[in-house]
Amino acid sequence: MIRLSVPLRQAIARLSVPALIAAAFGTMLLGKADTALVERGRMAVADLLAPIYAVSSRPVLAVRSVVLEAEALLDLRREAARLREENERLHQWQAAALALEAENAMLRRQLLFVPDPAPKFRTARVVADAGGTYARAVLIATGPFLQVEKGQVALDERGLAGRVTEVGARSARILLVTDMNSRIPVVLEGSRARAMMVGTNGARPRLQHWPSGMQPQEGERVVTSAEAATFPAGLPVGVVRIGENGWPEVELFAQLDRLDLLRIFEFGLAGILPPEAVARPDPARRGH
Amino acid sequence: MAIKGRPAEAPGLLAQLDAIARAAMPGVTTAAAMVLAAAPVGLPSLVPAVALAGVFYWSLFRPGYMPAAAAFVLGLLQDLLGFAPLGIGVLSLLLVHAGALRARPALVPRSLLLVWIAYLGVAVLAVGLGYLLQAVLGWALPSPRSAAVQLGLTAGLYPLLASLMSLLRRGLQRAESLA
Repeated sequence: MIRLSVPLRQAIARLSVPALIAAAFGTMLLGKADTALVERGRMAVADLLAPIYAVSSRPVLAVRSVVLEAEALLDLRREAARLREENERLHQWQAAALALEAENAMLRRQLLFVPDPAPKFRTARVVADAGGTYARAVLIATGPFLQVEKGQVALDERGLAGRVTEVGARSARILLVTDMNSRIPVVLEGSRARAMMVGTNGARPRLQHWPSGMQPQEGERVVTSAEAATFPAGLPVGVVRIGENGWPEVELFAQLDRLDLLRIFEFGLAGILPPEAVARPDPARRGH
Repeated sequence: MAIKGRPAEAPGLLAQLDAIARAAMPGVTTAAAMVLAAAPVGLPSLVPAVALAGVFYWSLFRPGYMPAAAAFVLGLLQDLLGFAPLGIGVLSLLLVHAGALRARPALVPRSLLLVWIAYLGVAVLAVGLGYLLQAVLGWALPSPRSAAVQLGLTAGLYPLLASLMSLLRRGLQRAESLA
């Protein structure tokens, strides 16, 4: 330990709080000025903690499953009735789907239709809540066997959950579609109207910017649009619900409050292009 | 001429290591609790609540073991664990640290209930400051509901966290009396 004289030590103790508060403002400026550095710092911390999260995810999962189990036991009867009813309904849908599939195959044969390649995906475990109070994001564990890239799309078993925004060596962050900064181009399946799905940090993102005269209707299915070349078209997103204040919202298929596994899709799309990569017309050649 | 006495015996290596481990205990346990609080249990984020309770409790009852630098580092950890703009956690935890140091003479001899009531005020101020900074730095008005949920969690978790930390504090006291 370094020995300091008493007055010097007292002066340091008195000055340390104001100096550190000034440093806090410094970090704020740094965070605003150099976002890349902050992002690297975040991913370094996440990578460092990834093994801890991986170990602790088992007990956490156990706790969560106990809670779910208790809830399930409480309304077993109602659940069984609901499932019987749903099963009947799904049998009808299955018949309809089989008929449509046969018809579709027949039509494709007649049109020489080139089908889209089936997308490949990898599954990753959600290990931590990387959101905080005012953001919605999760951390997934990656590694040498699971390489993800910025801009890839994450779905849970039901529908669209989010998008990879930051990638580290052992972990990656997924910005959920409910986050305030999330903007997803979508299509309303019934009317084929395009719209933007805007996160609000609440459970249901809002719809905005639909074409005039094509007001989204309650119960319409919402799927992704290939508009901005960041998403493949037709991924299931949710169902339109009219919110309390009359604004159309999307009830998501994905269960974002209980994510444990995410499918990370590799669509081979360009992803979110950085601004400098967007080709601009050369001003010198415009006159010709 | 200064009066010369026999110099105090230099503490041995083990004793020094022991002292360092004791001094690091509050900061390290708070950081570990914050890391564990980031686990995905389907609740809103607990990290700020845990950090605030840790810094407040230790600054109040053992300020020697929770220096301003430790509050700074814990704030940085909070900002890096979450998605919030950098600096919000750092500033609010430092201010809470400074406030708790000021309030020491008034609060330390009081009952747990009174300390909790004082903590409610601190939590309101800290969450309000966080909301304000989030609005300014993110240049968008965040939803007041998340702030309300955070305030509720911060205030509600304190008695549980404080009782755990007082167990730890008693353990530290025993270890000190043995050293």
